[in-house]
Amino acid sequence: MGLGLLASRALRSTRAFSPLNPRNVRTIVSTPELQKPEAAAAVAQPEADLPKRTPVAGARVHLPNPEDAIEVFVDGYPVKIPKGMTVLQACELAGVDIPRFCYHNRLSIAGNCRMCLVEVEKSPKPVASCAMPALPGMKIKTDTPLAKKAREGVMEFLLMNHPLDCPICDQGGECDLQDQSMAFGSDRGRFTEMKRSVVDKNLGPLVKTVMTRCIQCTRCVRFATEVAGVQDLGMLGRGSGEEIGTYVEKLMTSELSGNVIDICPVGALTSKPFAFKARNWELKGTETIDVTDAVGSNIRIDSRGPEVMRILPRLNEDINEEWISDKTRFCYDGLKRQRLNDPMIRGADGRFKAVSWRDALAVVAEAMHQVKPEEIVGVAGKLSDAESMMSLKDFLNRMGSNNVWCEGNGVHTNADLRSSYLLNSSISGLENADVFLLVGTQPRVEAAMVNARIQKAVRATHAKVGYVGPASEFNYDHQHLGTGPETLKEIAEGRHPFCSALKNAKNPAIIVGAGIFERNDKDAVFSVVEAIAKQGNVIRPDWNGFNVLLLNAAQAASLDLGLVPESDNSIESAKVVYLMGADDVNLETLPNDAFVVYQGHHGDRGVYRANVILPAAAFSEKEGTYENTEGCAQQTLPAVPTVGDARDDWKIIRALSEVAGARLPYDTLGAIRSRMRIVAPNLLHMDEREPATFSASLKPECNEKMSTSPFGTAVENFYMTDAITRASKIMAQCSALLSKQ
Amino acid sequence: MLARLATKRLLEIRQAFRQAPQASRSLSTALNYHVDTPDNKPDLPWEFSDTNKNKVKEILSHYPSNYKQSAVIPLLDLAQQQHGGWLPVSAMNAVAKVIEVAPIRVYEVATFYSMFNRSKVGKYHLLVCGTTPCMIRGSRDIEDALLKHLGVKRNEVTKDGLFSVGEMECMGCCVNAPMITVADYSSGSEGYTYNYYEDVTPKRVVEIVEALRRGEKPPRGTQNPNRINCGPAGGNATLLGEPKPPPCRDLDAC
Repeated sequence: MGLGLLASRALRSTRAFSPLNPRNVRTIVSTPELQKPEAAAAVAQPEADLPKRTPVAGARVHLPNPEDAIEVFVDGYPVKIPKGMTVLQACELAGVDIPRFCYHNRLSIAGNCRMCLVEVEKSPKPVASCAMPALPGMKIKTDTPLAKKAREGVMEFLLMNHPLDCPICDQGGECDLQDQSMAFGSDRGRFTEMKRSVVDKNLGPLVKTVMTRCIQCTRCVRFATEVAGVQDLGMLGRGSGEEIGTYVEKLMTSELSGNVIDICPVGALTSKPFAFKARNWELKGTETIDVTDAVGSNIRIDSRGPEVMRILPRLNEDINEEWISDKTRFCYDGLKRQRLNDPMIRGADGRFKAVSWRDALAVVAEAMHQVKPEEIVGVAGKLSDAESMMSLKDFLNRMGSNNVWCEGNGVHTNADLRSSYLLNSSISGLENADVFLLVGTQPRVEAAMVNARIQKAVRATHAKVGYVGPASEFNYDHQHLGTGPETLKEIAEGRHPFCSALKNAKNPAIIVGAGIFERNDKDAVFSVVEAIAKQGNVIRPDWNGFNVLLLNAAQAASLDLGLVPESDNSIESAKVVYLMGADDVNLETLPNDAFVVYQGHHGDRGVYRANVILPAAAFSEKEGTYENTEGCAQQTLPAVPTVGDARDDWKIIRALSEVAGARLPYDTLGAIRSRMRIVAPNLLHMDEREPATFSASLKPECNEKMSTSPFGTAVENFYMTDAITRASKIMAQCSALLSKQ
Repeated sequence: MLARLATKRLLEIRQAFRQAPQASRSLSTALNYHVDTPDNKPDLPWEFSDTNKNKVKEILSHYPSNYKQSAVIPLLDLAQQQHGGWLPVSAMNAVAKVIEVAPIRVYEVATFYSMFNRSKVGKYHLLVCGTTPCMIRGSRDIEDALLKHLGVKRNEVTKDGLFSVGEMECMGCCVNAPMITVADYSSGSEGYTYNYYEDVTPKRVVEIVEALRRGEKPPRGTQNPNRINCGPAGGNATLLGEPKPPPCRDLDAC
């Protein structure tokens, strides 16, 4: 008898006969009365004696119709569940975590791993709880010798062909198979034959495959089909020769492909850029927000020392569920490259020279004082947080200029009505829509997580999608109605066949892309869209289907804070331009003698024209407020220290204001937030969606005419949209390999 | 001397270990992933022939219009018959297009069933039953005789492209074991036959192969001249008279 077995026996006996507290004793036999008189007594008077159990992971149950509730017993505990729930879900509500591999609550049920076997009274054999609907009065037993033996047997089969390479496996330490074999497996195996081996597949630059480790749970196949909407992966072969693959060599061309790394319960699919870089127990997790698009996906930055090692999604049902896009997940290597770490001044020879903060700020302040106040222009970048935009606006206003805006908001920026620039249905609300009209937006590249919601609605309820814009790729069924304003006009006048779909829809949703903001006839386009909305009864007290899909993380907050320039062509007459991380603003019309200050974290496009560089912190290094496209304010937290001599954006502007003699009255983040409370109080309601109060119908009439030029694409390359992603090597690989196809 | 003996022994042991480990037994003719070859590439054109297009329509009519994907197996079978007994990847893509699913869903089915050949086979694909009753009755000898006579390995096509030998699971002729099946793809999907040759011997299979080579159609069924179908050799020994019905079945008497 091995030591382990002896030990386990010893443990078991102390557990079974512990005289201490009969309530905490969990019997391991199905007939406790034979073993122990106390247990028999407990069975005689149930409920009153049972300690309250908390559902696994705080799972809540919503009973829409109390008559539909049924009662089942899990290990003797009565649980009320709605009809149609599976045995596994009932067990979770009763606080019993059933081991599982193939079951995932966001994917369809496969029932092929058999790990979730439980005993059900009057059932001749153990049942797979994930696929078995719970029936009234069912007596489920999760802790009996039969269930334990079944799990141990299944685990032995799963480990039969699983290599023993945990020491060199990237999943080690966060592997479901590792954890569950420790908890439910046997301490020895009986398999002496050769293990099978499987050829690794090439899925592209993001996902590394070690297919020999695969346990055929098919989570990745179901994820690709159901969530990502690309039918590339499949289960090939049969029996012991079964393997996951694409059959024909093919890269996984989904913008959500990185999520298969998270859902894979073993180390078969792991992150290629993260391979052999770190162990998960060495990493420090920081819960923060993604800024590469306007969705504001909730992420966890895993860092080791000063280095960001990887980015993982965090659960947020209202925004990103538990997925994130590949851009969010893999842009982190851009945070280490091309960083600005010292204040610099461009000398007479055109080369940058590192200087001290004092000198750099003095040069900037002097340049600002030498020009007329209205010749100073401030542009906030797409990654700016609300605090720094607030201080930039306050500072320039104090200097006498009101030419401050955020890039991407286009011409005649209109920040009067929040409803005219927010996703009013909310991201999760899009699931309830049954007809979508996408105007000049390609959500797949502009906001991958919003696209996933539309895909979900199309898949679940066969929602119709109409699209007006240039030919583009979709991962769901859609009708391409036209390319430009002409089609829009036809729909507004009721001449288009899609009108009937809009009129008959219960919850129609119109999504207008923020690319339209850049058009000169933007007001006219919006008034036509509003006319369509009026006809289709899109805006009602119970449903607001008029949506604008923003492109950048800073956009919503900048409009809330009123970063609207006084004149639309201030750049042409500017003498001093203050770029706060703005790289995509068109500086071609800028006079040659203009003085350009670039405050930012990456040596990107803005730096080419800059006279002074002020290094700032990236989103992973600072605390800042971001408002996403649906109007939900969220906060980033510093995960790693800033590089070199860089400082937080608001601190730089606060220091500059002192040097320039227009001191801003706040010294702490808290003080800036009190100032923000006056301008836009919703930015202080963290993690809460603040819907727009007034609808767009309050807008004044627009008498402009739409031009005939078709809508353009707002995002040319999904993988490279801002300074961080343009600096990232992984994103460069992705755009080279994946965008082409 | 001792050292030499030891090295010799060591070599023997190493030899024994070096032998390829028993790979997982697969009856399929190809790997579970596609490798591009000149005659098997996704960009080669492939279409159902005109007569088969009518058959496709007929097959699809068996299923509701929103469950077209149910026709995947009969359509793959038809495509295989049309393409001389095997399915190139372009044929699978053509089937996927007909039933309006992603190609991977068709690949999944085609790789699952070993009766779909995803690499080239001969015009006469000879399948030897390898399941227990046939094996006990000498199916390994039958296969060896075939392979030796044709000079090929398993799933390999003879130089003239006429024959290939494969293994198959039980086809329900255990009473006449051992048996082989001849899938005849020599005349397309019109003249396609799939015949059982039962009670074969190593000598008889070679005769069958030679007859097929000459273009003859050897009589299918049992090859034992003393047997009729699956009856005993030399005529019936039992059940000679009219069988008596069991008494309880006489319902009128009740």
